[in-house]
Amino acid sequence: MPRKTGDMTNHTHSAQMITARGLTKTFRSKGQTVEAVRAVDLEVADGELVAFLGPNGAGKSTTLRMLTTLLPPTSGEASVAGCDIRHDPAGVRRRIGYVGQGSSGGHTQRVRDELHAQGAFYGMGRRETRARAAELIESLELGQVANRQVQALSGGQKRRLDIALGLIHRPELLFLDEPSTGLDPHSRANLWDHIVDLRRSTGTTIFLTTHYLDEADQLAERVMVMDHGAVIADDTAWALKSSLAGDRVTLEFGSATDAAAAASRIGGAIDGAVMTVTAQGGDRALPRWIRELSDAGLEVVAATHRQPTLDDVFLALTGRSLREEAATPVPEPAVTTAAAA
Amino acid sequence: MTTTATTSSTTATTGPAASVRPTGFARDTATVFVRESRPLVRDPFSVIFSLVQPLVFLGLFGPLLIGAAGGDVAGTLQWFVPGILVMVALFGTASTGANLLFEMQTGSHERTLVAPLSRSALLVGRALKEVVPLTIQGTIVVLVAVPFGFRLDVPGLVAGLAVLAVFGIGFGALSYTLALSCRNRDWMFWMVHQTLLFPLMILSGMLLPLEDGPDWMQVAAAVNPLSYLVAAERALLAGDLGSPDVIGGIIAAVATCAVGVFVGVRAMRRAN
Repeated sequence: MPRKTGDMTNHTHSAQMITARGLTKTFRSKGQTVEAVRAVDLEVADGELVAFLGPNGAGKSTTLRMLTTLLPPTSGEASVAGCDIRHDPAGVRRRIGYVGQGSSGGHTQRVRDELHAQGAFYGMGRRETRARAAELIESLELGQVANRQVQALSGGQKRRLDIALGLIHRPELLFLDEPSTGLDPHSRANLWDHIVDLRRSTGTTIFLTTHYLDEADQLAERVMVMDHGAVIADDTAWALKSSLAGDRVTLEFGSATDAAAAASRIGGAIDGAVMTVTAQGGDRALPRWIRELSDAGLEVVAATHRQPTLDDVFLALTGRSLREEAATPVPEPAVTTAAAA
Repeated sequence: MTTTATTSSTTATTGPAASVRPTGFARDTATVFVRESRPLVRDPFSVIFSLVQPLVFLGLFGPLLIGAAGGDVAGTLQWFVPGILVMVALFGTASTGANLLFEMQTGSHERTLVAPLSRSALLVGRALKEVVPLTIQGTIVVLVAVPFGFRLDVPGLVAGLAVLAVFGIGFGALSYTLALSCRNRDWMFWMVHQTLLFPLMILSGMLLPLEDGPDWMQVAAAVNPLSYLVAAERALLAGDLGSPDVIGGIIAAVATCAVGVFVGVRAMRRAN
């Protein structure tokens, strides 16, 4: 598991790219006050790739929308790319790239035209915009569809265009809101190759939200777990898993009596003849346990060892599984929409 | 080891940061205008396509009017064509908010809100775009009528299109305002659109003279800015540039424009 990679030579200073203190957002919805984000503190250093993980409705997008100046916070403050989100939203907007949950390209616009318009939006000159657009079309493999209307693109192509639009002005910080949701596995993998590539070649700071466990696990250097509007854990995926979840070891015996006897020695839960134990370093403990139990006359018939996932972390933190939550999505934008009502 | 060497190696690995310049209202408006106009340039046929409705009225309603007027083709067209021009302006700009509505739902509008663009420019640039199809469509309608005996007065047409353009910017801005307040409720947008459009059209005297209608209709027409616009277009296209009706039309167009841009900019500033 790569942690901090050593490829950020261009970012010698370790300034904070994002600092937030007590960021809070409450909505009024049908006469009730909904606390979408509750006093979130966060720090993202220059050059980091941080994932915001949590179920739908956890407040990830609302937090992102506050950091990107789309939504004014109810209270709290934040500095993004060196600018205050309340007092200098224009400064924030100039410095960041943002890829929202939806499709960023206008449906009747052509791909290349949208990139040119985007360059102009950021005050770039004509020649610079054209060169940059050509570069992005090339690197994000949009050449085949550059003259097509956005509405004719596939899901994966649209998402790559969104990334290109977010990068036109070479932002130092890129926000990605659920970048791979709704994509087929192939397009997802392809999109991630592009994002990893971008990181390696430019050292851009990336802050993203996802509810895909494997995505956060494999790609982010740091994972912030969010639930019910609050950040409940913040560390590397590796540290979260080893400190909060531990390995899961199951041992099967010839009888329930043996399993109970083994559980009284090692500790663990029994279900019939199967004993389950969660422990750090379970992989190393397993052979020792089998040996010790055998010496005591308790023969292990079958054994499994499973490394913890971020889902186990979420389960340990909240008592709920993130997989179940992801299976029944609650549309988060519904809350967001009620904001200005 | 020189400073230049260090700088250039850094530039080589990172690529230079784009020269993001502060933008101003006028520049932003032009940028938004150019983006909005591009699909028209790429697909000019869409402009012709939205001419179907006014041309149907001209071709199918016109003969009925001519019949009622005892067969006076030229005279009827002189009266009817200016009304069709106002119809072009009304229907073309009234539904333009649907584009914004769609962009709000896809995420494309959100992208423009995160860009360092003036909120006012996002509205004004879009509204100004309305002038382009309006002018093209208005010109086509007039040219179609000429072979049938419509007498073309070029200065009058230019002035008439200018007044229509001012009105179109305002009415387009109102359509965008409606879209911004409907958010994801398409049905509400189209309900308001349909409910308002036909009464506005009929109570403007665009299709039939209102002089023979009941008193309440004449009162309604008197408070309908479109009535003044229709009267002004009739005077202008007849070449009567000094008519008092022209003043009324200009006031109606400017007022629509001022109100539309005001509420539109306010709605866009509140957008998030």
